[in-house]
Amino acid sequence: MSTTTAQRTGFGAVLWDYLTTVDHKKIGILYLISGGFFFLIGGLEAMAIRIQLIKPENDFVSAGFYNEILTMHGTTMIFLAAMPLIFALMNAVVPLQIGARDVAFPFLNSLGFWLFLFGGLLLNASWFLGGAPDAGWTAYAPLSTTSPGHGVDFYILGLQISGAGTLIAGINFLVTIVNMRAPGMTYMRLPLFTWTTFVVSALILFAFPALTVGLFLLMFDRLFGSGFFNANMGGNSVIWEHLFWIFGHPEVYILILPAFGVFSEVLPTFAKKRLFGYTAMVFATVLIGFLGFMVWAHHMFTVGLGPAANSIFAVATMAIAVPTGIKIFNWLFTLWGGNIQINSAMLWSLSFIPTFTLGGMTGVMLAAAAADYQYHDTYFVVAHFHYVIVGGVVFGIFAGLHYWWPRMFGKILNETLGKITFWTFFIGFHLTFFIQHFLGLMGMPRRYWVFLADQGLDTGNFISTIGAFLMAVGTIVFLINVIVTTSKGEKVSGDPWDGRTLEWAIPNPTPHYNFKQTPLVRGLDALWVEKTEGRKEMTPAEPLDDIHMPNASILPFIMSLGLFIAGFGFIYQIDNISWLLAVFIGMGITLGAMFVRSVKDDLGHHIHKEDLDKGAGL
Amino acid sequence: MSHDTLNPEVMPSEPEKATLEGKNKFLGFWFFLGGETVLFASLFGTYLALRNSNNGGPTSEELFGLELVFVMTMLLLTSSLTSVYAMYHMKNNDFRKMQIWLGITVALGLGFLGFEIYEFYHYIHHYEFTFRSSAFGSAFYTLVGFHGGHVLFGLLWIITIMARNAKRGLNLYNAPKFYIASLYWHFIDVVWVFIFTVVYLMGVI
Ligand SMILES: [Cu+2]
Repeated sequence: MSTTTAQRTGFGAVLWDYLTTVDHKKIGILYLISGGFFFLIGGLEAMAIRIQLIKPENDFVSAGFYNEILTMHGTTMIFLAAMPLIFALMNAVVPLQIGARDVAFPFLNSLGFWLFLFGGLLLNASWFLGGAPDAGWTAYAPLSTTSPGHGVDFYILGLQISGAGTLIAGINFLVTIVNMRAPGMTYMRLPLFTWTTFVVSALILFAFPALTVGLFLLMFDRLFGSGFFNANMGGNSVIWEHLFWIFGHPEVYILILPAFGVFSEVLPTFAKKRLFGYTAMVFATVLIGFLGFMVWAHHMFTVGLGPAANSIFAVATMAIAVPTGIKIFNWLFTLWGGNIQINSAMLWSLSFIPTFTLGGMTGVMLAAAAADYQYHDTYFVVAHFHYVIVGGVVFGIFAGLHYWWPRMFGKILNETLGKITFWTFFIGFHLTFFIQHFLGLMGMPRRYWVFLADQGLDTGNFISTIGAFLMAVGTIVFLINVIVTTSKGEKVSGDPWDGRTLEWAIPNPTPHYNFKQTPLVRGLDALWVEKTEGRKEMTPAEPLDDIHMPNASILPFIMSLGLFIAGFGFIYQIDNISWLLAVFIGMGITLGAMFVRSVKDDLGHHIHKEDLDKGAGL
Repeated sequence: MSHDTLNPEVMPSEPEKATLEGKNKFLGFWFFLGGETVLFASLFGTYLALRNSNNGGPTSEELFGLELVFVMTMLLLTSSLTSVYAMYHMKNNDFRKMQIWLGITVALGLGFLGFEIYEFYHYIHHYEFTFRSSAFGSAFYTLVGFHGGHVLFGLLWIITIMARNAKRGLNLYNAPKFYIASLYWHFIDVVWVFIFTVVYLMGVI
């Protein structure tokens, strides 16, 4: 157990390794694969939506099925694609950026991943078990409480389980960043991506419990006969909207802030300049995170909360444009006078700036409560949030993947294919969504199955669908790129971009223990500080010694599997009481695994310093 | 070598924070309690919105009797105090006294839980006031039941680590476990103070 020099081979051994791993780098890869898988499923759903809307009164899919793919597209993309892909980058990079050998809670890190995956699988199992949820990704009551079948039940249980995983991951990153920083890595020397991870983790911690409660209440109403949202029992369906958006608005910042972090790493690296206004960037990030909790009712302007409430939330929402604007200008000033190198990571980052600015501008328009009565529930809103979520988050994920691919996999993604992906996706994106602003202003409501001919909506919808196909082409080329790079790409050095931050101070491939000796950080852009003083690597902060590492464990997988089984039990016990057995078995498995975790000591193991030179843990 | 460092000759004055793992657990648990606060705040908000939606059924004035709730409050507040004594003895490295005080904490917690079960039984059988009778009923049983569930989980947790470590005594590996379990117990107590105020006191006035 003390050394891991023995070479493990064979499919079974690799599978077992990944099922039990607590290594943040491997968990990052697991998040990437599963998030990528769900991104493709959500993309297929998007294509079905756009094909249905390519012409007036189309019948490509039935009305009921349209509601299901629409609901699942939103839910999948937010919870099962964007979030885990961001966690993939965080896991791959953050411990390295702060000079740590692992995260604070490696076991919980693994648990967070498996909960997310089993929650996502449970949600998608609905496709094969009588139909997916169909009440929209927002699942507004009473539509969601009265939706027939079990679709919405899968939504509730699936999100509840994966949400627990997200919460755990958030706490883990908070403690990691507070407690695991290398000597000299003060808060104001943290790379921006780590800063955004820190703020986002705090947002997760305070936002997700509201969703947890909302989902519980919805579950009680649907499956156990309570009356929270049932007006016949004195309930109030607006409570759901509040709980959902108290979670839901911070959620959009949970998604976008890490993307901001990615751009703040990529732009300085390829402009060969330090980030302009680092301090302002940090405070803008914190301010956005704080204000993000004060604005949830801008999703509810038409509910009738009254002019006072609407005005307060309108002003608070518009205020967020200020820190966001600070960021936009700081990125521009970072580029100003820089020695700019254009590659795929840089293309995604540069195109993000104008794209996101457009999305931010429509955001301020939507924040004007009086005008929102006109925009509400039209394609204008659809265009707005795709501009910020695709133009911000997805662009950021692509930029981050191109930038950190050599860190994660030791190879640089093919540049030609990367540029083809960028241009097809970028043009396709604007074709799809720019026109939707105007469709919305002309009155096309969102979520409708069909539209009528000759109302000025035909051409716009046709163009929009063509754009969606271009985005699909871009995504497929990216997949080809991953395959080509993996099979034919050449191994690069540990620092292929002439990087500035600590993650580039490590040899390629990254050793199991990350840093042989914990580095001493002597300034912002820790590696760059050393480079300007003529050194090639970091100054160590400690003598060479034994390295303590956590042990692998299968328990996180078992705990999550137990909840997955219990999920089916909760959903079907309303049809047949004997399904309660599945609840007891599933919860028994989970609680049993927790009991084992509590009573069985897990002290980790040591890699001895004598073995380090022999390549232990590589 | 790790066993030596976890059983030092002289225990530090704060054994729960003497190792990096302990520090991580300590901080991580505080963050977790922050999330739990939002969870209960959401439940309180829901309860406040629905507490008069009794749908023709019994109202809070008709249901709640402060005598029983007062006894329950005293039991839980005292148990918080006894868990403080337990942590005091942990810091003095007196394992036996720590176990005794934790045992008293568990006994008081069990007493609380017993009264709560009796209270629910009473409402259901004498007033036919259930989870399904009105939005008020749903909100009441959900809020108070979530708290009760936390109490039950806390009791099982404390009993588990007491039994697990009964023979081997205190070390730097299990000290953080005892400590965060006691933090959890305090949190449950604080939530109950709010339930006592918002649900019961405001319910009868
Ligand atoms: Cu919002």
